[in-house]
Amino acid sequence: MMRKLTLAIAVIAPMLGQAASAEDTIKIGYIDPLSGGGASVGEGGLKTFQYLAEEMNAKGGILGKKIEIVGLDNKTNPQESLVQAQKAIDSGVRFITQGNGSSVAAALSDFVTKNNTRNPGKEVLYFNYAAVDPSLTNDKCSYWHFRWDAGSDIKMEALTNYMKDTPSIKKVYLINQDYSFGQSVRTDARKMLGAKRPDIQIVGDELHPLLKVTDFSPYIAKIKASGADSVVTGNWGQDIALLLKAAADAGLKVNWYTYYAGGAGGPTAIKQTGLDHQVFQITEGFANSGNQAAMDFEKAFRAKVGISLWYPRAVNEMRMFKAAAEKANSVDPVKVAAALEDLKFEVLDGGQGLMRKDDHQFFQPIYISSFGKLAANEPFDEENTGWGWHMVSKVDTAQAMVSTTCKMARP
Amino acid sequence: MTAKVTPTSTSASNAPGKPAGDGLRFYGVWLLGIAALIVLPMLFSSGGSLTSFSLIGIAIVFALSYNILLGQTGLLSFGHAVHYGLGGFAACHMMNAVVAHKWPIPLPFIPLFGGLGGLVFAIIIGWVMTKRAGTVFAMISLGIGELVASSSLILRSVFGGESGVTTDRTALPKMFGWSFGPQLQVYYLIAFWLVLSAIAMYALTRTPLGRISNAVRDNPERVQFIGYDPHVVRYLAFCFAGFFAGVAGGLAAINFEIANSAYLGAIQSGLVLFSTFIGGTAYFFGPILGAILVTYLQLGLTSVTSVWQLYFGIIFIGIVMFSPGGIAGLLMMHRPLVRAGTLRTVILSYLVAVVPTVALACGVILAIETVARFSGGETINLFGIGFKPQSPVTWIVALVLLVGGGFVARLSWGRIAEAWDRAATVARDRGYLA
Amino acid sequence: MLELIVISTLNGVLFGMLLFLLSSGLTVIFSMMGVLNFAHASFYMLGAFFGFQLTKWIGFWPALVLAPLLVGAIGMAVERYGLRNTHKHGHVAELLLTFGLAFAIEEIVSMIWGKSPVDYRVPALLDFPAFTIFSTNYPAYKLFMLAVSIVIFIALLIVLKRTRVGLIVQAALTHPHMVGHLGHNVGRVFMAVFGVGSALAGLAGVIAGPALVTQSDMAAALGPILFVVIVFGGLGSLPGAFIASLVIGLVQTFAVALDGSLASAFGPLDPSAGPSVLTDIWNVTIAQVAPIVPYLLLVIILIVRPMGLMGTRES
Repeated sequence: MMRKLTLAIAVIAPMLGQAASAEDTIKIGYIDPLSGGGASVGEGGLKTFQYLAEEMNAKGGILGKKIEIVGLDNKTNPQESLVQAQKAIDSGVRFITQGNGSSVAAALSDFVTKNNTRNPGKEVLYFNYAAVDPSLTNDKCSYWHFRWDAGSDIKMEALTNYMKDTPSIKKVYLINQDYSFGQSVRTDARKMLGAKRPDIQIVGDELHPLLKVTDFSPYIAKIKASGADSVVTGNWGQDIALLLKAAADAGLKVNWYTYYAGGAGGPTAIKQTGLDHQVFQITEGFANSGNQAAMDFEKAFRAKVGISLWYPRAVNEMRMFKAAAEKANSVDPVKVAAALEDLKFEVLDGGQGLMRKDDHQFFQPIYISSFGKLAANEPFDEENTGWGWHMVSKVDTAQAMVSTTCKMARP
Repeated sequence: MTAKVTPTSTSASNAPGKPAGDGLRFYGVWLLGIAALIVLPMLFSSGGSLTSFSLIGIAIVFALSYNILLGQTGLLSFGHAVHYGLGGFAACHMMNAVVAHKWPIPLPFIPLFGGLGGLVFAIIIGWVMTKRAGTVFAMISLGIGELVASSSLILRSVFGGESGVTTDRTALPKMFGWSFGPQLQVYYLIAFWLVLSAIAMYALTRTPLGRISNAVRDNPERVQFIGYDPHVVRYLAFCFAGFFAGVAGGLAAINFEIANSAYLGAIQSGLVLFSTFIGGTAYFFGPILGAILVTYLQLGLTSVTSVWQLYFGIIFIGIVMFSPGGIAGLLMMHRPLVRAGTLRTVILSYLVAVVPTVALACGVILAIETVARFSGGETINLFGIGFKPQSPVTWIVALVLLVGGGFVARLSWGRIAEAWDRAATVARDRGYLA
Repeated sequence: MLELIVISTLNGVLFGMLLFLLSSGLTVIFSMMGVLNFAHASFYMLGAFFGFQLTKWIGFWPALVLAPLLVGAIGMAVERYGLRNTHKHGHVAELLLTFGLAFAIEEIVSMIWGKSPVDYRVPALLDFPAFTIFSTNYPAYKLFMLAVSIVIFIALLIVLKRTRVGLIVQAALTHPHMVGHLGHNVGRVFMAVFGVGSALAGLAGVIAGPALVTQSDMAAALGPILFVVIVFGGLGSLPGAFIASLVIGLVQTFAVALDGSLASAFGPLDPSAGPSVLTDIWNVTIAQVAPIVPYLLLVIILIVRPMGLMGTRES
């Protein structure tokens, strides 16, 4: 009983007495899982944003104001995210950033849009750094939502442009998680491959339940029976790790084109399976990209934070936020939003990026890299495995553009 | 709800006779509760506290509905969130339909449709589920819960897949000129339904059905002998519970303007079981206390510590082991002492125990946080005092609090037991304790 | 087709045996004490992490013996200082105790080992393909898992059916009070049973850790399916749990192997009708619903035969 009382006292203060923030800081609410299953990913993101904020503050912040990252735990639950967003807005947060879970992103985008119409003068912007469901910049697009990660359709556009020029690929197997993101990977892959390389056979198209499969060997048996030479998968978390483990156990020899093999725990799993340079990933940047500025940043980041930079897009997001605020000469969300539209920006790994006005999607160069033993000029390994990412192909911004169906309601 | 509210004291009282003025006290409690609900948002008006109050209100309705099963009828369900979730979806679809067809149904009536959503599913599935009580029922509810939660991701046209079904509560016809955009108006809507549902559910416990449910819980064979079918009774209780869970789900849908598969899942089912048990299933107000505490911890703990799950676990283990009647049970233990006028001695011993117990709790918290933050190095802020997790000073303080606090606390707890015995003996002599 | 059948059968048996390894401890505990031990999967996780840590320090084979013993000791402590005091307050209280315990264990594990998966590998001695069938390799480690499961099954059967200890346990199953009256220390029997059950979960963890992902949320993923296995098989019946594990393993594997949906069997629906519940059901493949099949089986068997496949009593 007493322990409970103490705890209650300990939590009363932050809940009831949140005063408005001082005028000289810009608070950014970071809403992602900080406990439970998704926490390993969410904490990495939080540390990344905190590092970026410190770096900016050391250089004078944005328009002389300091940046503060407020970590809010949403337990990967959409309802909880809305509660946290409300709490954040109460404490003076006007910018929200989130990335894990398209269902959370959809809920937040909707919430922010409603909040901004109901509370004029108290607008909030939502910066999305990792939720890649295409619908967020298509049928469910919002003026208040900006996305720095490449949507899953954009990544597929880049990947299929690479596959187009790789004649060794003849039979492709698709295996994805059974939810909105996995389904968009599979439909885009079918559509784009059909258009660009009609000679490629799609020998299998599998959807499996999200994070529920403990043994992938039956799926591997099917892939093997199909005679595929390449597998395309959007799997993440344990679904990619277990899939690769089962493949290595069964001795399946195919190339894996993945979206998230580089996520937390992924490199460890690949190293365990010994699939040397057979697992590829599609990202907007990676440690051994060869760009000097990016590699310097990576080195400093790893030394300070202790993890590798999973989110080069977070760097782009924060730096572009600063550029937009300086362009608008204001940190008012409405003005920042206007300044972000059609803003061109030199991204971390080099090359020109663009925040498209039509759907608020950021377009940038996309890289395809493979995981395995490192060459001499590749200094960075992952998760202490001794293996790292190796450049396979760079797809330029123009080659990674897709059309949108977004009909944006502008204020 | 046609049932009549009869002014009697709560059922578990052991006191001999009923003092006059009990009816007054009974209505007083309800009126006090309603007044508190009206005044609360005036005291704490920030958006965050309004959201918290709204969530607590929803959780209370949900927990009370669960107690119709667990407390009243003795049915342990692992899938109660199914009704809550289906109620939420029903409410969302209804709201969208109202907007699309321009039906003249204002928002305050929407929770009713949520309730119907929960009720319909209970009617369909309940008959086979309630054939047996005990473990068989618990396991079927676990299976049904998983089935519905998984199906919600497959049946996309109804459940909207991962992202769920969204709606706009302000688009519905207005009532009293309220748009229900601001959280304050939503809070009052939830408070209204909370009072309505609470009264209805309390009334239900006073009806013959409520009484026979208790009998089914305690001794189904005897119920059969006197001519009732326990299966029918369980089925009816299950349907009522499903209805009110649906109302809670409908309120949640109004509050969040979204319904998705997280509503239906095992976590939601687990939370309501927690809330109800922690609060105490033997008293009507038990689940109310439990819902307040659990929702509050859920919202508040996460912002002070990253290992809130551990505290959650410890609190539950603590309550289960030391106060299995829940908070309500703990409070009601004192009732005979109050009547006998012997509470003073016990209170004194409590006051003595507060200091070492708090010290012990601080030791536990400090030790946990030291381990949790050791690698990160963030400072632990305990009552305004900063502790560095890497510093040996912190370890020593934690150890002293743990060992010293624990030792003294044990002594003081012994004193409580003695004081309790004395007070209880006196109360028993005066005839207030059986 | 033959290839798919043979391989699916093999995979199904292998997965089923892993399930059995996990549920064997739970069925003993559940049937004897009536405790719905929600922390069982947490003991499994503890086994995996202890196995990982001890493998790092002293190697896999000593860890295989030590880690389950450690987990068993923790289990006994939980019974002695937790469950025994809670027993008088009924099964819901016991269940919530294990619920809370599962919460706490998960957080403690992630506090110590972090939230990312740890690098727990198959021992070098068993890291080779044992045989190849239809050009698919079967790693020796999986056969090792299979062998351990079968050994456990036989050993448990012998202990329960052929020894005096087993006799008491069996008797306590149906007539706990009588066993007490006969002078046996029921409390100690319970503690031992809980310890053995936890140790079995720990053993499953040590063995399954390298084959699956060793991570602080691994317990939550496997928890509910274990209840399905033991309830489906029948409470208190070890052969029942064995058969149920096999059935669920095979059903899940074959569901994945079969590509059918109603659309593929009867042709697609008229697309002009637009999306509805019917099109959802029409187009879903058997593989997509594979993981929920066990729950469907559970519900059906409880409605048709509440004591489960081989059980002798209802609860």
